[in-house]
Amino acid sequence: MSSVLSGASLGVSQPLIRWSWIGDHLGPIRHALLQHLALTFVAVGVGLVLSSLLAAFAIRFRITYQPINAVTGIMYAIPSLALFILLTPITGLTELTAEIALVSYTLQILFRSIVAGIDEVPASVRESARAMGLTRSQQLWRVELPLALPVIVSGLRIATVTTVGLVPISGILGSDQGGLGTFMFDGLARFFYTPLLVGGVLTVVLAVALDVTLVRLQRVLTPWVRRAHAS
Amino acid sequence: MNGVHHLFVWFNDPANWHGVNGVPRRVLEHLTLWAWSMAIACAIAVPGGLLLGRSRRTGTVTVNVANIGRAIPSFAVIVLSVIWLGLGNAPVVVALVLLAVPPIFTFAFTGVRQVDAATVESARGMGMTEARILRSVQVPLALPLILNGLRLSSAAVIATAPLAALVGSGGLGRYVIDGFAVRDFAEVSAGVTLVVTLVVCNELLFAGLVRAASRGPARRSRARSRDGRRKT
Repeated sequence: MSSVLSGASLGVSQPLIRWSWIGDHLGPIRHALLQHLALTFVAVGVGLVLSSLLAAFAIRFRITYQPINAVTGIMYAIPSLALFILLTPITGLTELTAEIALVSYTLQILFRSIVAGIDEVPASVRESARAMGLTRSQQLWRVELPLALPVIVSGLRIATVTTVGLVPISGILGSDQGGLGTFMFDGLARFFYTPLLVGGVLTVVLAVALDVTLVRLQRVLTPWVRRAHAS
Repeated sequence: MNGVHHLFVWFNDPANWHGVNGVPRRVLEHLTLWAWSMAIACAIAVPGGLLLGRSRRTGTVTVNVANIGRAIPSFAVIVLSVIWLGLGNAPVVVALVLLAVPPIFTFAFTGVRQVDAATVESARGMGMTEARILRSVQVPLALPLILNGLRLSSAAVIATAPLAALVGSGGLGRYVIDGFAVRDFAEVSAGVTLVVTLVVCNELLFAGLVRAASRGPARRSRARSRDGRRKT
């Protein structure tokens, strides 16, 4: 915490926001926003599919839970910045590189929340489902998954919001990468406030918006949860 | 396997262990960022979580406020704080504190909440002051959960601190950024290896602390059940 940290050290005075820049860059901003959304959706979607498979496996064969948890945990511990870079010798400076890293960060959160959600279904409920004559897959799709949904969606929220926050870091891969991160890297390189603000603020807004959307979605999908709270 | 070999060569090179860009120096910088962030986050979130966990009213509201913290993307926060604070360590610490506060707060809060109300009542009946109840009853019983929150935050801070290199600060992220700049992937992997090692050390440290913390009350309750009373 030394004097190097003082704000105006670069000696340039510039307005916090140069509105004309935003006006001139509406096209690129829209493009970056869409890329950001696409990267997020693909990463969370693929992550959800993969972690569902892992979770199904771990529920069927309990002994695999800890190893899967440990491996996905280690993947989560790799700094995102470094993982994007380490993949470049293999997949190049592409969106695929970004997606592989982004997917790997969703696995731990989603895997744990799916297993936890299914585990939390009371044994009595499961047994009555079986007593009603439901087959194993009917039990899963009609009883266990709907009851596990609140826990799964809470994991999905964290995974989505985390991904929205990680996408900008993939901007290290090049100027046409990283969704809104493009503006952050550009702003840092030129020490130009306006793109920094645009990138930073829009990322935060996007994260909050997606989080709110998922909460709404969960309320619609599991109406019984709210009724139980009301009574 | 070639990559592993290069990594081995990198770590074996004495040049990488001395000076400004040496491993000890970079690890120290990394841990300095970690220490500042964790100290500030603890100073905010532990007392906050404990005190709000004790008061009976503000339950869901505060936990929701702490959850909003999770929606804050670290890189965006760093970038936005650069505008205020300039390049260097300060914007990074701001982002890392915001990253670390929610888990510590939530776990301290739930930790105090889940202490049996009857236990607190009997402590009160024994004539303990509120401060004493917090110190000798609620905090010890909540300790395993509080430590778990600290563990999660600490791991997240260690793994996120490399972003510091993007705003001209030090730490292990320097290997990642500087290595990438010259396409030296051995250096990048060395940085990653060191960060992951720190995260693993963190897990081991806290696993030990949690064990030590939960051993205390557990032993006492075993002693009690030996007295003939059943543990409920």
